[in-house]
Amino acid sequence: MIWLTWRQFRAQTVVAAGALALLAVALAVTGSQLVHLYDTTVATCQAHHDCQIAIGAFESEDTFLQDLIPVVMLVAPALIGIFWGAPLIAHELETGTQRLAWTQSVSRLRWLAVKLSLAGLVSMATAGLLSLMVTWWSSPFDRLGMNRLDPTIFSERGIVPVGYAAFAFALGVTAGMLIRRTVPAMAVTLAVFAAVVAGFALRVRFHLIPPLHLTAPLNMSWVTQTGSFGRPGHSALLVGISPNLPGAWVNSAQVTTAAGRTSLGPALPACGPNFTYSACTAAIARLHLRQVIVYQPGSRFWALQWYETAIYLALALALAGFCVWWVRRRVS
Amino acid sequence: MTNAIEARALGKRYGRRWALADCTLTIPAGHVAGLVGPNGAGKTTLISLATGMLAPTTGTVEVLGGRPAAGPGQLARVGYVAQDTPTYAGLSVADHLRLGAHLNPRWDAAMARARIEQLGLDPKQKAGKLSGGQRAQLALTVALAKRPELLILDEPVASLDPLARREFLQSLLEAVVDQGLSVVLSSHLVADLERACDYLIVLIGSRVQIAGEVDHLLDTHHLLTGPRRDPARIPEDLQVISASHTDRQTTLTVRTEGPIHDPAWTVSKIGLEDLVLAYMSRTADAARRPALEVQR
Amino acid sequence: MIEFHLNSRSGVAPYLQLVRQVRQALRLGLLQAGDQLPTVKDVAGSLAINPNTVLKAYRVLEYEGLAAAKPGVGTFVTKTVSDESVSTHKRLNLELAAWVGRAQLAGLDFEDMEALFQRAVRSAAQEEAV
Repeated sequence: MIWLTWRQFRAQTVVAAGALALLAVALAVTGSQLVHLYDTTVATCQAHHDCQIAIGAFESEDTFLQDLIPVVMLVAPALIGIFWGAPLIAHELETGTQRLAWTQSVSRLRWLAVKLSLAGLVSMATAGLLSLMVTWWSSPFDRLGMNRLDPTIFSERGIVPVGYAAFAFALGVTAGMLIRRTVPAMAVTLAVFAAVVAGFALRVRFHLIPPLHLTAPLNMSWVTQTGSFGRPGHSALLVGISPNLPGAWVNSAQVTTAAGRTSLGPALPACGPNFTYSACTAAIARLHLRQVIVYQPGSRFWALQWYETAIYLALALALAGFCVWWVRRRVS
Repeated sequence: MTNAIEARALGKRYGRRWALADCTLTIPAGHVAGLVGPNGAGKTTLISLATGMLAPTTGTVEVLGGRPAAGPGQLARVGYVAQDTPTYAGLSVADHLRLGAHLNPRWDAAMARARIEQLGLDPKQKAGKLSGGQRAQLALTVALAKRPELLILDEPVASLDPLARREFLQSLLEAVVDQGLSVVLSSHLVADLERACDYLIVLIGSRVQIAGEVDHLLDTHHLLTGPRRDPARIPEDLQVISASHTDRQTTLTVRTEGPIHDPAWTVSKIGLEDLVLAYMSRTADAARRPALEVQR
Repeated sequence: MIEFHLNSRSGVAPYLQLVRQVRQALRLGLLQAGDQLPTVKDVAGSLAINPNTVLKAYRVLEYEGLAAAKPGVGTFVTKTVSDESVSTHKRLNLELAAWVGRAQLAGLDFEDMEALFQRAVRSAAQEEAV
């Protein structure tokens, strides 16, 4: 059964290995150059007082790869699901070869278990290798940008791509098994995968660990917006802040009164039509406003990675279990 | 000897429609049994139930004394060539043999290779590029080399040209002698089965109409022609399968164990094809409202 | 070794056709005592017929004393038909040739002679059956 799985999966494995090898070469060559450049210019820039120039120059290196990698990381798990997962069972059902495969001397359970395990492991290994290479290559940029928790960047680093690949693969196999036609299964896999991943990143990820709350007097250097809203004569004060917490992922940043109310009172004339910076900031300072920031600190990067990967792996296992149960029903 | 297939009140329903209903039959081992009937009569359903591809709605079926596809041991005893002889289009002939070797404990590699050579198949050729007859022979080789006790084939020659058809049946029957195989073979063409089978099951309208050894069936079914008779006046001991009347003549297909004494009838033998046709017209008549006589 | 053929339209059961072909071969001297009949596998494989049909035919031949099975080896002819009745056949042959000559003189053509012959054979068979 192992031989048969390999033989049927051979072409896909070769293509993946080839693509990985190609990318590995490109990343290895440019990556080592980047490390060297970083160490010689950016790391020492403070001593040379040319940080802005050094950083600017560094960030304009290898922009093609900088743009390509997010696309690759975004697309790779989906491709795995579509091209490795969806056809696994659907192709057999479409061509009727299950009538040959299921009447040899191996049970359906063994047939599916071996296929799922081998192809699933290869999927996860591919995603893992890819992520390893990309995380290594991007580390200088990540050090500069300090934004690993940013939703798009987080999905492309560490171990979550392995979880995505496993989930996409299992999703593809399930879709193929239920829909019984390869092309529609591919479409459904893509749609569901994209929806789940996007929804999870936007809505669930932040709450995987109870976030931190920072409540403090308003930091004037973080104020980015002052003004008013509402009808003339009944306008209210509006103050907006953009917290500077390096590495953190801020979900909400609100300005409240000293008592904690979000409505800040009437608009300030000093921040109105005759706005001057000093008068406006002085007026705001007199209000003794506070800031309430809900965020995940950058130090939680790996914790969040593990939780998210575990959830996706659990989903993949659940789908795989469902497939095993379903395929043994005698309804073909 | 355990029976090849034993079915008791076996039935399979899809929604409202019964694809197979109330099927009770015993196919003995050591025979080449033919399952014949028109398309849609339930042949593939019966075979799918016997190979474990489907689960029954009612009743039971036992294959070689065991539940179909109950486990690797049971699977190894039964070879199956499904309709349109499925093969993996992307795998070569040699790959199919390797598939058989890996998935079957009793695989006879020498026999498989010898057959492929004898058939003149190129081991490196992809199965998708073979002709229909060659693919059928490949599928048969894979099923035979696993050394089953029973071989089940669903319309294996339906889409083959006459030469490929003949070669397939020759191949099959040689293997029957060589391996002492029991065979269950379905077809909607009686002519294919007439030479090869010594046991026949007639399946029409999702029900078994008649089953038995071919020699016995041919001995007990007769064509009777004689002067026009009222349907009511036909003797009771003659089981009439089909009847047709003109204004002068009555022609009956009957089934009877004993001899026919009435001298008014001219008794002649009936071929297998006409026998099946008689049962088909009986089923068709029963489906319609009570038919009036056909005036010719 | 002889080769069998089958006429599926003749209305004669396949096993009987095989038996008759063996008898005919014996008459014509194509088969003699000690010759091996084709194996069941060969006959089933070349004619695409059920092996039990071949076995049945061979059993009939055994019953008639024309052949005998040697387990593990094959089925062999036990009687050479031709040499036993050569003299009878010779005499009958001459009588038949004389009759054909007389029939031709009487104005019968080939088909008339055939019809006469068939009728005579059938009525003899019917008398035998009664």
